[in-house]
Amino acid sequence: MNNFIPFFVIIPLGAAFLISLVGKLSRRLADFLATSGGFGLLALSFFTLWILNSRAGVVLVYKVGGWVPPIGICMAVDNLSSLMLSTVNTVSFLVLLYSLSYMEKYTDKWKFYTLFMLMLAGMNGIMVTGDLFNLFVFLEIASISSYALVAFGTEAEELEASFKYAVMGSLASSFVLLGIALLYSYTSTLNMADIGRTLAAHPAGLLLNFVAVLFLAGFGLKAALVPFHAWLPDAHPSAPAPISAMLSGVFIKVLGVYALSRVFFNILGVSQGVLFILLILGTVSMVAGAFLAIGQSDIKRMFAYSSVSQIGYIILAFGIGSPLAIFGGLFHLINHAFFKSLLFLNSGAIEYSAESRDLKKLGGLKEGMPFTAATGIVGSLAISGLPPLGGFFSKLIIILAAVQAGYLWLGLAAALVSILTLAYYLKFIGFAFLGKLPEGLAKIKEVPLAMRLAMLILAVACLASGLLVAPLFKSLLQSASDCLLLGTGYAERVFSAIR
Amino acid sequence: MSVYFLCLVLFSIGLYCTLRKRNIIKIVIGLGIIEYAVNLFFVLVGYKMAGRSPILSPNQAIENMVDPIPQALVLTAIVIGLAVTALIVAIALRIYEKYGTFDITKIKRLHG
Amino acid sequence: MKETRQGMTIIVKTITRLTVGLIFLYGIYIVLHGHLTPGGGFAGGVIMALAFIHLMIAFGKETALKKLSQAKAAFLENLGALMFLSVAALGFSGGYFFYNFIKKGMPFHLLSAGIIPLCNIAICLKVGAGLFSIFVTLLILNNTGRKK
Repeated sequence: MNNFIPFFVIIPLGAAFLISLVGKLSRRLADFLATSGGFGLLALSFFTLWILNSRAGVVLVYKVGGWVPPIGICMAVDNLSSLMLSTVNTVSFLVLLYSLSYMEKYTDKWKFYTLFMLMLAGMNGIMVTGDLFNLFVFLEIASISSYALVAFGTEAEELEASFKYAVMGSLASSFVLLGIALLYSYTSTLNMADIGRTLAAHPAGLLLNFVAVLFLAGFGLKAALVPFHAWLPDAHPSAPAPISAMLSGVFIKVLGVYALSRVFFNILGVSQGVLFILLILGTVSMVAGAFLAIGQSDIKRMFAYSSVSQIGYIILAFGIGSPLAIFGGLFHLINHAFFKSLLFLNSGAIEYSAESRDLKKLGGLKEGMPFTAATGIVGSLAISGLPPLGGFFSKLIIILAAVQAGYLWLGLAAALVSILTLAYYLKFIGFAFLGKLPEGLAKIKEVPLAMRLAMLILAVACLASGLLVAPLFKSLLQSASDCLLLGTGYAERVFSAIR
Repeated sequence: MSVYFLCLVLFSIGLYCTLRKRNIIKIVIGLGIIEYAVNLFFVLVGYKMAGRSPILSPNQAIENMVDPIPQALVLTAIVIGLAVTALIVAIALRIYEKYGTFDITKIKRLHG
Repeated sequence: MKETRQGMTIIVKTITRLTVGLIFLYGIYIVLHGHLTPGGGFAGGVIMALAFIHLMIAFGKETALKKLSQAKAAFLENLGALMFLSVAALGFSGGYFFYNFIKKGMPFHLLSAGIIPLCNIAICLKVGAGLFSIFVTLLILNNTGRKK
């Protein structure tokens, strides 16, 4: 039975409304509801991962309301979505753990939890849905709550960033909706698998190109690829640290990369032209993000530009389009989710204790905050690709795939950007953790236990994620990348699962 | 056919308004225009000349109805649009409270 | 609805007093007949919220907030959302999420269509209270902005 699939949406939505109903009464109750909701989702996603990997090549299809697709709405979970679900829910549970202590300084903590849970509902919904319009609705649920979360502190800068983000984000959503309208007008269906099947039977030609451009602009804006990246370095640093970790760690990947790859690879079917555009966008974001990151002295702003650069790696890998490249891209996506959320949580810990995130005013934090320093160094080295850590393997696979596919220059660029990444993360380590402690920070204290625990688990995940290429776990990634490589064969698989 | 192109023209007007205007309230209005252009397009996709409204009533044959799905979807999209607009307007009001201006060129404490 | 200094002229107040109940009633009608005629939870909820907003415009903020305070509106909004979710989740008793588990009844009668009227009521609570909250929030934001 697939009866557990709707719970990916039911749990966070139920938790959100319950918290907003009873969270005012007591802080502890809100904490409890949010954390247990997060834990439930974590358990559920690993259960799904286990089920899907015990049987090869299946899609779990759930018929909502008992209506048979394509007439009814369906939810479809395959290996790719279950892998993403596990990553997202792991990160979000740890972030919830972290915000137990971190969000204490804000009033109305329950509002934070409500918005957080709504965002989580949107993200989980995007990954489980099998219906294009539902994808749009979940995209909007996640986006709207993230606009509100960016402005959560209601300071001038936060409001400005949120306004910019909201305008860009709703523009992107309009593009996506227009694309869906055009697809509906051609295929008369909204079920993803059915759209894929109809498009394969009756090629749409010029219309398909127009739709592809609209989706590329829409999801590209959500993923902050370089010509569309302007909102990210403002929005991500302005949010409270747990939200920055969510937004940079998983949000742009689900709304941008996952939705983009699902729509292009499995529904529209990739053409050489689309792959080439992805290749260009990926390379430009990768290089530009890295160069912009070097000059920053605000920690969170530097990390935000680094996110642009790393998303560039992933899109570059998808643009190469060979099996090895997609494997590497997905691997880098998971790695990046872990180390970028760890780094943002670290920056939050620094801000929590030192009350500054300007690199020029910090230094020597390894004395007062040895724990934060240790995890921060692990995260920084992992993202810059030091050999035994996960980031090294994923970047290596992407570079190898680029060379193998004949894009020697792109492989070289990726390697150079990797060195640049090392440079600016060394700057972060040097200015924040090493050197002399400034006068004002002499009595600095380590952060509370819940925050340390969340950072510890993420640091362990960073250390361990290199194991994903080990033979034992390789099948997880392999079967996920097979889902994308299947292309429009996705439709066949979904329809055979219905029967 | 021309109605579809008029929708795209409306879309472009909204886009122009969003990108070129300096007053943030006008930017929000531009977003609204874009949204309604898309919604209008979506409804027109399901429209049929001289079609009947898609409501099931007793003793009536089911024929020549317009497509009800776009209408349901557009209703959803309108609700979402309402939420977004309300949120952005609230943010704009708070910005006015903090900065004392609606001019986007003067609202730039973030840079780099 | 006592006479207060706030709000608009006596003409508007008198007309409002006469019509506001009818508007509210019309909203209820739209909600309850949502599965038979055009309308439904969303449209009905908007009309019901407009009844309160009408009251607020004619009589001033206090009168309307006395009828439906912000806390009460937030409570109703959450209640509507939870009710919708639980109606959907109760579908598991029939085997599926969102399964229409109540007897469908005769078509074109008031008591028919299974869970759809229940869903309409939930949506109406959510939308009506939500729209009213949005209006009140924007009003308060606007006032604090103007004072500065």
